[in-house]
Amino acid sequence: MKEISDLNLPEDVKYTKDHEWAKLDSDIVTIGINDYAQDQLGEIVFVELPEVGDTFSEGDEFGSVESVKAVSEMYIPISGEITEINEALEDAPELVNESCYDSGWIIKVKPADVSELDNLMDKPAYLDMLKG
Amino acid sequence: MNQQPGTSGLIFNEPLLWDKSCKGRCAMSLPKPDVERANLDESLTGDAPELPQLSELDVARHYTRLSQWNFGVDSGMYPLGSCTMKYNPKTNEVQAARQGFAAAHPFAGDKFSQGALKLMYNLEQYLAEITGFDAVTLQPAAGAHGELAGILIIHAYHAKSGKQRSKIIIPDTAHGTNPASATLCGYESINIKSGENGILEPAAVAAVMDEDTAGIMVTNPNTLGFFESNIKEIADIVHSKGGLVYGDGANMNAIMGVVKPGEIGIDVLHLNLHKTFATPHGGGGPGSGPVAVVKALEPFLPIPRVEKDLDSYKLITDSPDTIGRLHTFYGHFSVMIKAYSYILSMGSKGLSDVSKLAVLNANYVKESLKGTLNLPYDMPCMHECVFNDEFQKEHHITTMDMAKRLLDYGFHPPTVYFPLVVEGAFMVEPTETESKEYIDQFIDAVKAIAKEAKDDPEKLHKAPLLTKVTRLDEVTAARKPCLRG
Repeated sequence: MKEISDLNLPEDVKYTKDHEWAKLDSDIVTIGINDYAQDQLGEIVFVELPEVGDTFSEGDEFGSVESVKAVSEMYIPISGEITEINEALEDAPELVNESCYDSGWIIKVKPADVSELDNLMDKPAYLDMLKG
Repeated sequence: MNQQPGTSGLIFNEPLLWDKSCKGRCAMSLPKPDVERANLDESLTGDAPELPQLSELDVARHYTRLSQWNFGVDSGMYPLGSCTMKYNPKTNEVQAARQGFAAAHPFAGDKFSQGALKLMYNLEQYLAEITGFDAVTLQPAAGAHGELAGILIIHAYHAKSGKQRSKIIIPDTAHGTNPASATLCGYESINIKSGENGILEPAAVAAVMDEDTAGIMVTNPNTLGFFESNIKEIADIVHSKGGLVYGDGANMNAIMGVVKPGEIGIDVLHLNLHKTFATPHGGGGPGSGPVAVVKALEPFLPIPRVEKDLDSYKLITDSPDTIGRLHTFYGHFSVMIKAYSYILSMGSKGLSDVSKLAVLNANYVKESLKGTLNLPYDMPCMHECVFNDEFQKEHHITTMDMAKRLLDYGFHPPTVYFPLVVEGAFMVEPTETESKEYIDQFIDAVKAIAKEAKDDPEKLHKAPLLTKVTRLDEVTAARKPCLRG
């Protein structure tokens, strides 16, 4: 497993305490799990996705990721409606390991209230949390 | 006993029966017909089912070879935490095979099934006595089915009282099937964390318990192997808001004959006969998950129920508040015979000795290995103890690597990566049936593996090396499963 200093944590996304990331692009938020989460889980073998059109409130469980070790729930960082899911993950869950911020994204959400993103952590705050 | 049991040896390959099939080969000779041949109407005939064509020797060799690939408690220690893989005495099988039981038929009716009904009635009474409850059903097919029965009973109780509830509390040290049982009954699981010392704190329960919560599901001892010593206080909190306490009795092997769950605030409890009461697991035979309840919940038990009327026994179905039938006939009867045989063989002192020795053995393992493996919760445990791979991380060796390597030493690996509250969990349950000599062998094997983790980590990454198949690619198997041959 990676040392904290080796983690890939981009500056242009926001982080949750449960190790998801969220990024706003015009009016849509893309969400995935971050490098720490994919590294801890190990090789991911299945991603359970919600359906387009489902609505969630901030903190709701929206799906799960399964590795050979364990199943972990994913919690949505922002309230809103699912506009797109990453269907490529159905056949290639390894994308989450290989490219968690790019081709391994998980859902896209039309946020109910963009200001909820302000509750999330930036990279330095997230790193502080990891270091405890 | 200085030598480890694992060794290499000649293992036979064996193809599928289909691949051995040879046209025209047959394992039996049918007698010549002594009546005139009469052909069936064509509308009733079709192609014969496709079956492999084999001789008796083909079949005998096939299954003998497959059995040699197997590993069971009869071949070696099987310290699979949370599963109580104890030795199942052979007398249980002898009793279940008695002709009167083995040839009994569920359609024979009460009059011709008095022996079987008496056994079921008595077994219910024994289990009620052992657990401290008022009534028992033997019907559920296994543990998770017993859980479902228990939660259906809780659901029926709240429905009868006029107001259904929507939630149920489940601690992080409960068995993984608990939330599934709750969800199947329409309840939302409210998860709470155990305290720093690995057990539930009453305040955590009080914080979420309300009048829309049906109750709590507690595994006691919990999956960390600790006794929930606040259980009475927790039960009082739940009862004060009108809720019920479900006890997951899968870990009953730690407290049998010592603690009666019915006397510490639990209202409904399932047992696993195939854990605590020495009947086979899985492929060795079906399970059985009896459910015990307090008096107030008795009307909701599944039907049919066995009743004693003077000196005769009968099945009754007249029970207006029952949750209904959960199984064909009355559950897995042959498993009940084996558990009955076990209880009678052991007697009450024997059963409490079982739990005391199971706890002693687990604590012996814990103390012997705690310098070798990291022990996240270092307290006296019950029937199992949970280590992890923290000490081995610097050598990039995981719990999985050590578990695989144990196969080479001739042991079934312990439960790994469960419970989830311990990262990289390595959960050992030696059970009472392993002698000190066998347990020492296991301890020595784990110590040798920990040394290999330092000296030769690559060997552990490749393990197992002596088994018929070596390290399997579990990731590809899970990502791209091949479900057909």
